[in-house]
Amino acid sequence: MGLSGNSTGFGVWKANLPTKGNRKRKKPQKIQTVEKRIAIAGNPNVGKSTLFNELTGLHQHTGNWTGKTISNAWGYYRGNASSYVFVDIPGTYSLLAHSAEEAVARNFLCFGKIDACMVVCDATCLERGLSLLLQIMEIVPKVMLCVNLMDEAERKHIYVELNALREKLEIPVIGITARKRDCRELVLQGLEELLGENESSASKPENSQSVSSTPTGSDTAVITYAPAIEKMMASLLPLVRPIVNHRLPARWFCLQLLLGDTSLLEETGHYLAENKSLSSQTLKEIKHMSDSLLQAAGFTSETLADSIVFSLADRAAQICQDAVSRNRSNNSLKDTAICGHETCPLRNTCSCGQSSSLRKNTVPYGHSASPCGNASLSSRAIPPEQRIDRLLTSRLLGYPLMALLLLVIFWLTIVGANYPSQLLTSLFAWVESRLARGAEALGLAPWLRELLVSGIFRTVAWIVSVMLPPMAIFFPLFSLLEDVGYLPRIAYNLDYCFKKCRSCGKQALTMAMGFGCNAAGVMGCRIIDSPRERLIAILTNSFVPCNGRFPTLIAMISLFFIGGAGGALELGSSLLAACCLTCFILLGILMTFLFSGLLSATALRGLPSSFVLELPPFRKPRVGQVLLRSLIDRTLFVLSRAVLAALPAGLCIWLMANLHLGKESLLNLCAGFLDPLARPLGLDGTILMAFLLGLPANEIVLPLVFMAYSGAGSLQELAGFETMKEILITHGWDWTTAVSVCLFSLMHWPCATTLLTIHKETRSVKWTLLSILAPLSAGILCCMLFHAVAGRQP
Amino acid sequence: MSSNDTERLHPKHSLWDLQSGETGIVERLECLGSLRRRLLDVGFVTGARVQCVGKSPHGDPKAFLVRGAVIALRSEDGKKILLE
Repeated sequence: MGLSGNSTGFGVWKANLPTKGNRKRKKPQKIQTVEKRIAIAGNPNVGKSTLFNELTGLHQHTGNWTGKTISNAWGYYRGNASSYVFVDIPGTYSLLAHSAEEAVARNFLCFGKIDACMVVCDATCLERGLSLLLQIMEIVPKVMLCVNLMDEAERKHIYVELNALREKLEIPVIGITARKRDCRELVLQGLEELLGENESSASKPENSQSVSSTPTGSDTAVITYAPAIEKMMASLLPLVRPIVNHRLPARWFCLQLLLGDTSLLEETGHYLAENKSLSSQTLKEIKHMSDSLLQAAGFTSETLADSIVFSLADRAAQICQDAVSRNRSNNSLKDTAICGHETCPLRNTCSCGQSSSLRKNTVPYGHSASPCGNASLSSRAIPPEQRIDRLLTSRLLGYPLMALLLLVIFWLTIVGANYPSQLLTSLFAWVESRLARGAEALGLAPWLRELLVSGIFRTVAWIVSVMLPPMAIFFPLFSLLEDVGYLPRIAYNLDYCFKKCRSCGKQALTMAMGFGCNAAGVMGCRIIDSPRERLIAILTNSFVPCNGRFPTLIAMISLFFIGGAGGALELGSSLLAACCLTCFILLGILMTFLFSGLLSATALRGLPSSFVLELPPFRKPRVGQVLLRSLIDRTLFVLSRAVLAALPAGLCIWLMANLHLGKESLLNLCAGFLDPLARPLGLDGTILMAFLLGLPANEIVLPLVFMAYSGAGSLQELAGFETMKEILITHGWDWTTAVSVCLFSLMHWPCATTLLTIHKETRSVKWTLLSILAPLSAGILCCMLFHAVAGRQP
Repeated sequence: MSSNDTERLHPKHSLWDLQSGETGIVERLECLGSLRRRLLDVGFVTGARVQCVGKSPHGDPKAFLVRGAVIALRSEDGKKILLE
């Protein structure tokens, strides 16, 4: 399983128990208790997870980009009046699903036995959300609409008439701002209204299927489709009704039959066959009939889907026309001025959130009120976020800004981590001396004293003092970027390069997740639709250093390149260190491209598929929440994992250093055995052994190196950076060794957790092995090359 | 300078021909399968008004404003969306 970000969230662990309704299928009666099961659905990136967190108090990690939630998350709310189980399902644009996470959403809505569904819509693009809402209303009888981001809409001068929506849709509608705390009450009230009225009208305690017992459900048409489609459905309905037996909406099922989505029909077949005896023969017959109907009416599955989607969009547009208004008195230019004229500064204007109700009454190019070239007017007309976007994705500055941002983050991390690191080191040194004395006073045997203090305490102290400060700075900074919405821009900027490698731009998003944890990055690859491109993204994910490897890189750089003696860091040297780190990361990214291209040309041949990515608007990050979450979710979790993994490894090293075979210690024997392998790479046997022992968690590689060296008896006490450097130098290190360690750390085998995840995602030993070979071969090559060039010079 | 509306609205063939700031109306999609569905989902429906709002550094994925959201598309995909 994943380690950081949303994958460490409690919700995901729960979500893994009852996915896809497997558990529910076996014992349908048991689940039905007092708790009402509510699904939270909606388009991607409209704030479902934020609302979910707000409602349940669960800390599912949220981010401002599409595809953050990749599997259902479950959370509970227990109130005085009623209890709810909220299920946060992946964002989806429609229920005509195609990607894996969209199928999860659809299947849950169809077969998840939910009591009600809460559809979250973005007030600034309500129309698109409404298409989904209409589709969900066709399946789920009890639906509530939450119009989220009301504050953002207001800022954009978009006003949503909730009452008009309520009248049109005939469902409860609430307007919320999920990022603020006021939403919980509103949602609960809405749910009361939604579920309360039903209990009085149709209560069937025996029936676990809420779908069946509601008047709104099956047969009332939510939308009227094209006459030809309605006709086909009318002739299918009498046949379908006995089959679905009120367990699924008949109209919806007819539509699916006509659409002929085989995977869905199979699922439906299973679902319906579960209780009632439904022979696959009947289903086949009906399918055959629907096909012939389709043919007679002159539809192909494509034109049928088109027509359906068009009807949905049209209906959504109609509703919006009445419910969404724009205040034009404030800034009329913002809404109407769209100029295609080359020299006109207004051509950059974006009419964000323009709905189709405006399509008819806006004159797009007749901006007579604003003469071309009026700079003061035009600069006011361009929304600031649009201007930021242009800057971030501009031809000249797009890439340099990305690199600069990376550099700034690293610089802040290195500078900020230096002092606390020193402080912690001296603190732990003091504690260790006390512990040693305490152990002596207790009269513990010397070997036990050694084991406890040098073997275990020192490892833990080292890890905490070296890893905690950089992580506690880097992750919050990175989470802030995520929260603002910069990540999709990275994917947008880099997509061209990925296209050249015949892979998908969304790989940039998975790489960004890999910065946190490669296992989470590998899981995140589910957002990529094409299986070939997903595999490429999975195999190359470990070229991005995860948080386990960052401290190694940072420590190496600060030990050997900036000589951080005495803790006083000069601006120049810290910048240099940040530059070094950035270069290593860029090398990793370059390698990702190289290997993506290589894989596309060899093992995973194929053409690039499509790339459709939403660029969400920039949102103001909730600094406090982000800091807290990233500290708890990522930093402490990763740290505790490192400590846990380090304990047995530390023990192992200590034992190896103190067990003797003949004259030599076991440690020296192993190191000596590996030495010939490591030398050509510019490493030594001990380092290579540390990397091997570090397989469970990359975090412990450097501590293991120190322990191996000090286990040989040169270090009596844990000391500052200067002493560490001395130890390394007495063991034959110089700056080239440090670079080799960095290179090898950047590119070697993925950690055990990542490997397990890769195996789970690909279900293949072959690809898992390749995911080891790819970075390892790159690492060996780079190290040998570097050693050959730099190692020869004395 | 200020040419008439119809001419400004109709000179382009595909979505990809739109430059930053220009607007067009979708006529049909020249693709099948999953891409078609994906495009329909995000709002490239017949009759939808689309505005090009920017280019990536290489000029290849371009960003389009459709139904209130900004969607990035590659040239291959953008060329399959024909405008009125």
